[in-house]
Amino acid sequence: MNFDFTEEQIMIRDAARDFAQRELLDDVIERDTKAEFPTKHVQTMSELGFMGMMVDPKYDGGGMDTVSYVLAMEEISKIDSSVSVIMSVNNSLICYTIEKFGTEEQKEKYLKPLARGDKIGAFLLSEPESGSDATMQRIIAEDKGDYYLVNGIKNWITSANSGSIYILFAQTHPEKKHRGINALIVEKDTPGISLGPHEDKMGMRSSDTHSVMFTDVKIPKENRLSEDGFGFKIAMKALEAGRLGIAAQALGIAAGALERAIQYSKERKAFGTEIANHQAIAFKIADMAVKVENAKNLCLKAAWLKDNKKPFALASSMAKLYAADIAMEVTTEAVQIHGGYGYVKEYHVERLMREAKLTQIYEGTSEIQKIVISRTLLRD
Amino acid sequence: MKILICISNVPDTTTKIRFAENNTRFDSQGVQWIINPWDELALTRALELKEASGGAIEKVSVISVGPQSAEPTIRKALAIGADDAIRVNYEPTDAYGVAFQIAEAVKGQGYDMIIAGIESSDYNGAAIGGMLAEFLGVPSVSSVSAINVEDGNIVLKREIDGGSEIIGTQLPFVAVIQKGVALEPRIPSMRGIMMARKKPLNVVEPVAVDTMTEFVSYKLPPAKAACKMVDPENVKELINLLHTEAKVI
Repeated sequence: MNFDFTEEQIMIRDAARDFAQRELLDDVIERDTKAEFPTKHVQTMSELGFMGMMVDPKYDGGGMDTVSYVLAMEEISKIDSSVSVIMSVNNSLICYTIEKFGTEEQKEKYLKPLARGDKIGAFLLSEPESGSDATMQRIIAEDKGDYYLVNGIKNWITSANSGSIYILFAQTHPEKKHRGINALIVEKDTPGISLGPHEDKMGMRSSDTHSVMFTDVKIPKENRLSEDGFGFKIAMKALEAGRLGIAAQALGIAAGALERAIQYSKERKAFGTEIANHQAIAFKIADMAVKVENAKNLCLKAAWLKDNKKPFALASSMAKLYAADIAMEVTTEAVQIHGGYGYVKEYHVERLMREAKLTQIYEGTSEIQKIVISRTLLRD
Repeated sequence: MKILICISNVPDTTTKIRFAENNTRFDSQGVQWIINPWDELALTRALELKEASGGAIEKVSVISVGPQSAEPTIRKALAIGADDAIRVNYEPTDAYGVAFQIAEAVKGQGYDMIIAGIESSDYNGAAIGGMLAEFLGVPSVSSVSAINVEDGNIVLKREIDGGSEIIGTQLPFVAVIQKGVALEPRIPSMRGIMMARKKPLNVVEPVAVDTMTEFVSYKLPPAKAACKMVDPENVKELINLLHTEAKVI
């Protein structure tokens, strides 16, 4: 067994850290407050190759492994999860799905600009009445011969406005239930697509989230991913990979909060000494560090399984469940350690706490992860 | 035109420095190594010049004197964008030895512009650039804060007391650069990291050279005083502390 990172993995982690420290930290609070999209930051991230870092270089990707991806997600999420969620969706939900299920033509046309970061992708699965239960797709993609006619609405779509290439899940054969769902690649500027207002979120406010309405939208048949009716399967495969991205994000949020808590507790004095010297604080730090370390190990194990072409769905669910839950606990403790300063924006930890909450909800709630984990263990 | 950057492998600037063997040796255990920050700026500027040169600058190479353990730092320079690298397989002892090894390794290799950082952030000797120029018998310009190539001519800026001076030079030459030569070091891209796998890193065996100096012992500077937090509302107290305790005003 070997816990050492390769020289390249370290280089990528450091590159992500430098990017986050230099490009994101300065205006992260302001962007969060104003819910301002990180346009220039995403552009720099694209130039550095973080938007399609695991995609095969022949499709303009970075060709890096999943362990590197986890390390990069962690570093960027320590500073700004609005940016890392854009990266995660583009990498593990969009590029991964098109690379795995797309035709050569689809890869040429869509994967390449996505992997370069010239275009941003969005994943359209959730609906107003269907979040966790993704089998219940109400949006319809009616088979009209050489195209699908799409009508309906999607909700909570990350990068819906900033993104220009969508992967849409819609029902073509309602009688077949989830086996009737198709996955379609949709260009945002197709006539009939309109966006709802920017959602005013609790955290990750600098990433744009909208509902997307489809009114008689014609999608060419050649934009369907894989076979007719394979959409649900594709969604589940995409989420296996997506979960790992969000697990790494939650890990980064927790690790970032821990770093700030350690730094603060060594500076702040109370009762004549640094608060780190009080056992009440020191023990909190110890508990937080163990949680962060566990989350990191779960994330890296899942990444290692994926890199070694072994089944990783169970591991990525465990990583997502654990990392998201401890991100909430660790950020809450980080706020507590900061006292009043933790409750104001300047010290970052209240923002990390708000960001942590979303990791328990999106790309499969903590409860859904428990269903995935328990079903996997109990099915035999 | 060919550019060569001399890079030094130094401990990360946040490293907690420890000594071993009765304070006669730096304890490198657990240390993260980085490209000397000045050298990284030099590399960044060289790459900017190459990109803007329309092919006139054909190559940017890096050279480092050090053992095999320095190779991750050299490969990072390749990932940032250097075209190839040379490592002289020699444990650096002092500036004279390092400058001598570099000179021997690059003599006759056709480098037109050789850039060295003003000092390394570990030993801060600030000697190699000048010595190297002397060994090679080429001009050197110290404390360079800007390098430009205008119509094929080298234009260097030096900071001097009360202003700056602009210097032209013949080729080849050595520039010893300080901060300002580039704004920020480049972050290696995924593509750069991937391409670094295939770029040449040539290992050159050292030549015999006398060691001119010896480290007798190391000593840490006195510990920094603890940071005192002052309430932002309480400017009066801040001024009072700066006056009576820190004695800076």
